[in-house]
Amino acid sequence: MKQRTASLGITLGVLLLVLAIPAVREVAWGFLDGALGGRNHFNLWSTMSRASVIVGMAMAVLVAFRAGLINLGGEGQLVLGGLTAAMIGIYVELPEGAPPALLALLALTAAMLVSGLWALFAGWLDRGLGIPLLVGSLLLNYPANQFASWLVSHPLRDVMSGVAQSHKIDAAARLPRFPGTIMDYGVFIVLLVVVLVIWFERNSVLGYRIRMHGYSSAFAKASGLPTTKLYYQSLFISGALAGLVGFIVVFGFSQRYIDGMLTAPLYAWTGVVAVLLASTVPWLVPVSATAFAILATGAGGMERVAGIPREVAQVIQGLVILWLAASSCSLHRDR
Amino acid sequence: MSLLEPALLESIARFMTPLLLAALGGALCERAGVFNISLEGMMLTGAFFAVTGSFFTGTWVGGLALSLVAGAISGCVFWWFSVRRGGDDIVVSIGLNILAVGLSVTLLRVVFDTRGQFDDPAIDAIPSIIIPVLSRLPYLGNVLSGQSLLFGFALFLAFAIQFLLYRHRFGLHLRAAGDNAAALQSVGVSATRVQLLALAGCGMLCALAGAQLSLSNVTLFAEGMSAGRGWIAVVIVLMCAGRPLYIMPAALFFGTVDAAGFRFQASGMPQQLTDSLPYVLAIVVLALSQLVKRKRSSFR
Repeated sequence: MKQRTASLGITLGVLLLVLAIPAVREVAWGFLDGALGGRNHFNLWSTMSRASVIVGMAMAVLVAFRAGLINLGGEGQLVLGGLTAAMIGIYVELPEGAPPALLALLALTAAMLVSGLWALFAGWLDRGLGIPLLVGSLLLNYPANQFASWLVSHPLRDVMSGVAQSHKIDAAARLPRFPGTIMDYGVFIVLLVVVLVIWFERNSVLGYRIRMHGYSSAFAKASGLPTTKLYYQSLFISGALAGLVGFIVVFGFSQRYIDGMLTAPLYAWTGVVAVLLASTVPWLVPVSATAFAILATGAGGMERVAGIPREVAQVIQGLVILWLAASSCSLHRDR
Repeated sequence: MSLLEPALLESIARFMTPLLLAALGGALCERAGVFNISLEGMMLTGAFFAVTGSFFTGTWVGGLALSLVAGAISGCVFWWFSVRRGGDDIVVSIGLNILAVGLSVTLLRVVFDTRGQFDDPAIDAIPSIIIPVLSRLPYLGNVLSGQSLLFGFALFLAFAIQFLLYRHRFGLHLRAAGDNAAALQSVGVSATRVQLLALAGCGMLCALAGAQLSLSNVTLFAEGMSAGRGWIAVVIVLMCAGRPLYIMPAALFFGTVDAAGFRFQASGMPQQLTDSLPYVLAIVVLALSQLVKRKRSSFR
């Protein structure tokens, strides 16, 4: 304990010393301003919207990891969810007089369903055909991403715009924004998901069983739990949550499907990292996910002020995981 | 368009070389009992440092050397965090993959001050070997001769690693480290040391795979240019259970798929669909291989 306080003191001391250098202070200021400041707090809002996406993806990953399932297919599930939501938002015509919110609801349901089924497919490859979930779910990302990319760059492309993107969704159905900001009400949906998942994990019977399956699937089976059903249930929930996040991005922030918008920022991977950092403790996950969102947008600010490449954020992420791995954070996996 | 066009046959070797090299590296880890799925990241690292080395030294030898050093270091980093410090192999792999993406892009900005990709006439490509007699063969001339140096080396390595694994003391140690590390320890050989060598070797092989991408197939570095090939290599390793002589035909198969994809693209198929072909086939082939395995074990 004494040692730890000492090392904390030394770290703080070094930090203060380094901050005394004006250039470093400028960079640090750039980081903070990039993450939380900006004109009219613009950067803060963009950090918040990014955080809501990462937190959502992290919750999706969390459900699978707590069940002991290494679902690395979050990216494909996110993409297919977003794509489905966009397609419904653009091409489905509601009957006359129906409230536009119905369209959003329809898109949300469909996105969750499609993504959930895509996750189930990875599960079937594992249980039915013997392809390890880790590998199968990861491989499924590629066809999903490429399919979405093809769809918005060829048949369903908005040809009036110069980039590969779909048309805009029905404006009446999009998620409303906070007045004067770029942040939309999708944040509330994510907050709801966070609360629900944490509650589900702690208090519901299914959550308890999924957790037991995660700690030891053999024990769960010996206790008479339907492990196959639990396996597919948790995978479906995980996939469906990723689909929900896809819906939020499309109906909130971008209002259309833009090629690469869900994959280039590594949302799904950051979600995985956030869960690992929180060592799959549910209530810590949103905190660590938000931290990574701050890291990413802050790095953007650092780039503007000091010319430090923003990809430094990814380097930091990688290093964080390596050190975490070494401090014995392990996934409950039965191999 | 015929599948047996000479141009296609020529390109197969180009596409299979990185897969073969990376999968051989993966095989070393698999047999040594390390579940290494960071082949993708190691490949990307190798590709970046191959270009860097070639650019600054002005010769491809420098590129390969720097790439090999970087690969060996990434293998050692994996070893430090997973074997030495007891981290989960999967978590370490994820970390290393993300680190490779971040580091290559960051260094691209810091060292070359560009974004997206770096190409320069000063980057020296790996030469191709012209074999005098073979090159005059009517049909296979340009397939066997005129390929990158690394193609021949990769084929040689497949046999060399086969020999190493089954006919050499170190190979025996390596397989023992994978099968039963405690038994290996009990006869006085350090399993962790064997695993260190396996991981360093894997890193170097993946680095060569990356060098083939960035100094031979093309002479430039582009962000994320490994483009999932490391995962195909992982699939090959799993499919073949780390046996080098099985890995060769498997790499040939996926190399052919890659090459055919390019031909389909040339004949008008959208690039996104041909690009996802290898992954779809990887799932199919993996499923088939598991099926065969299951059949076999049910006979016993």
